[in-house]
Amino acid sequence: MSSTTLGMILFLAFVAGTLGITFWASRQTKTAADYYAGGRSFTGVQNGLAIGGDYMSAASFLGIAGIIALSGYDGFLYSIGFLVAWLVALLLVAELMRNSGKFTMADVLAFRMSPRPVRTAAGVSTIVVSIFYLLAQMVGAGALVGLLLGITSPAGKAWTIVGVGALMIVYVVFGGMKGTTWVQIVKAVLLMGGAALVTVLVLGKFGFNLSSLLGQAATTSGPKANPGSFLIPGLKYGTDAQGLAGKIDLISLGLALVLGTAGLPHILIRFYTVPTAKDARKSVLWGIGIIGTFYLLTLVLGFGAAALVGKDAIVAGDKAGNTAAPMLAQAVGQDIFGPVGGTILLALIGAVAFATILAVVAGLTLASSSSFSHDLYAHVFKRGSATERQEVVVARISALVIGAVAIGLGILAQGQNVAFLVALAFAVAASGNLPAILYSLFWKRFNTAGAVSAIYGGLISALVLVIFSPVVSGGETALFKTADFAWFPLSNPGILSIPIGFLCGWLGTIMSKEYNAAKYAEIEVRSLTGVGAEKAVQH
Amino acid sequence: MTTREHDSSVYEQVQESTEFQELKKRFRAWTFPMTVAFLAWYLLYVVMSGWARDFMAIKLLGEINVGLIFGLLQFVSTFLIAWAYARHAEKKLDPIADKLRHEVEERAK
Repeated sequence: MSSTTLGMILFLAFVAGTLGITFWASRQTKTAADYYAGGRSFTGVQNGLAIGGDYMSAASFLGIAGIIALSGYDGFLYSIGFLVAWLVALLLVAELMRNSGKFTMADVLAFRMSPRPVRTAAGVSTIVVSIFYLLAQMVGAGALVGLLLGITSPAGKAWTIVGVGALMIVYVVFGGMKGTTWVQIVKAVLLMGGAALVTVLVLGKFGFNLSSLLGQAATTSGPKANPGSFLIPGLKYGTDAQGLAGKIDLISLGLALVLGTAGLPHILIRFYTVPTAKDARKSVLWGIGIIGTFYLLTLVLGFGAAALVGKDAIVAGDKAGNTAAPMLAQAVGQDIFGPVGGTILLALIGAVAFATILAVVAGLTLASSSSFSHDLYAHVFKRGSATERQEVVVARISALVIGAVAIGLGILAQGQNVAFLVALAFAVAASGNLPAILYSLFWKRFNTAGAVSAIYGGLISALVLVIFSPVVSGGETALFKTADFAWFPLSNPGILSIPIGFLCGWLGTIMSKEYNAAKYAEIEVRSLTGVGAEKAVQH
Repeated sequence: MTTREHDSSVYEQVQESTEFQELKKRFRAWTFPMTVAFLAWYLLYVVMSGWARDFMAIKLLGEINVGLIFGLLQFVSTFLIAWAYARHAEKKLDPIADKLRHEVEERAK
């Protein structure tokens, strides 16, 4: 049996299992709290695993391992930013949001402000961030299937995107938050298991000596003139050739990574799936443990691929290195257990990669459809007069529509270099959402004008700077290679757009006289003590 | 909307109470400086990755260099801060928060 057949079988088993869970969850999903927040009945550990599932995207599994395999140390910079970011969520956001919100990020902002403008802004930002992220994952799915299943025709890739999209829609429309959370949990366990297995095999080959693994990685895949540079920063980000702009770009990327996570809508709504703020704290602690361990594993996977597969073979498979982890699985499997072992391990990691993409796109679709229905439909269009039942129906319809849009855009963008969309999603989250959330929770004077200006200011500045950056035009790897309208020298807007977001929030606030002491007292007391927090659903 | 006005005044009373002010102080006095500290420690790492590559290249143990150890220390500090926060919250914050919550919920009955 070939690895593609076996990989398909494993993947279909995952699909069958998760569809079963979705069916079960759909029968448990009755109220809006069930649909949006899984009845708030998950335990801290379960939600911690689901946080890992939502967060460890294919970009971080295949992408970071690939960057490490090709550029050595620099991939590690990415994973550190992704991990440290969780401290912002743990210390400043998770518990307070759980205590003062209901279903979406906008709930916290709308608490003491004029609800319609604030919900409109937060809804727009949520949908923009989620769709960018979603699009990057969908295009990635098309590319991945070509590599893992040997499907290379554009039609074949397009059908894969349709298939992934259809499954994601089914999970979200029928399973709601309950089904989606269980899909995340199953995926997180599979991903951790698969990554740990390959890591142990790789380390075993080097007698569990990290130094000799690094040494072989540098000699096999590092630059011939200076193999040692493979083990320090500088081969990919802020290279000497890029000069000062490259190094500032590195800091800009670092800022967006570390501040973006606590503003990502699909992560924020995870805090509502547990009964209390203490469980939200516990779930972030578990999430940090899982995500941190996972990034340590990808470090070994990346250097392992550099040492055992080699840069030339990886580049031949995929220029960006996205197939480094599956190729490594095949290589160590074959080396230790013979050809059959190689086939099995490749199939396993390939199936895990698909499961990863599916779970992440489902989480993103849920976040954006929840915000559309709860914020824009129920509170902006219907001015709060929609019934729970109507809200859930609209949420399901919008999941369908958003899924269809993502499929369409994913097919259109096929073969384009859209990796920058993930960085852009983080930048928008850090520049618009995070200032609004932090001001809202901690700044007494903050008001509607401030919230609206923080979100639009951060969102628009991040978007504009990226449009006029080298990732969109003027470069060899740009989206539009033939045009050149880039005047902003950095690929990552964060270093400018994050301060702009905070500044806009401050300016908007002081220029408006609105201030409601009673409402601030309420959100401050509620967020810190949990008084009046939404309770878990009892079935 | 009488209940709502009533609720708000309860919240304002709680907000002014010394216990709540103590809770708020304990929360902010721990999390705000810690956030500044871990962001500074992280930015130091990023800046050194850009500008102090010779230092990052110093080998400590075989091929394991300063850069790798510095990166791994970011993992260690993240795990430690998360653990320390959980401890702080359980010992210093939860008891006051729980007490205040029960009081307000009793009053609302």
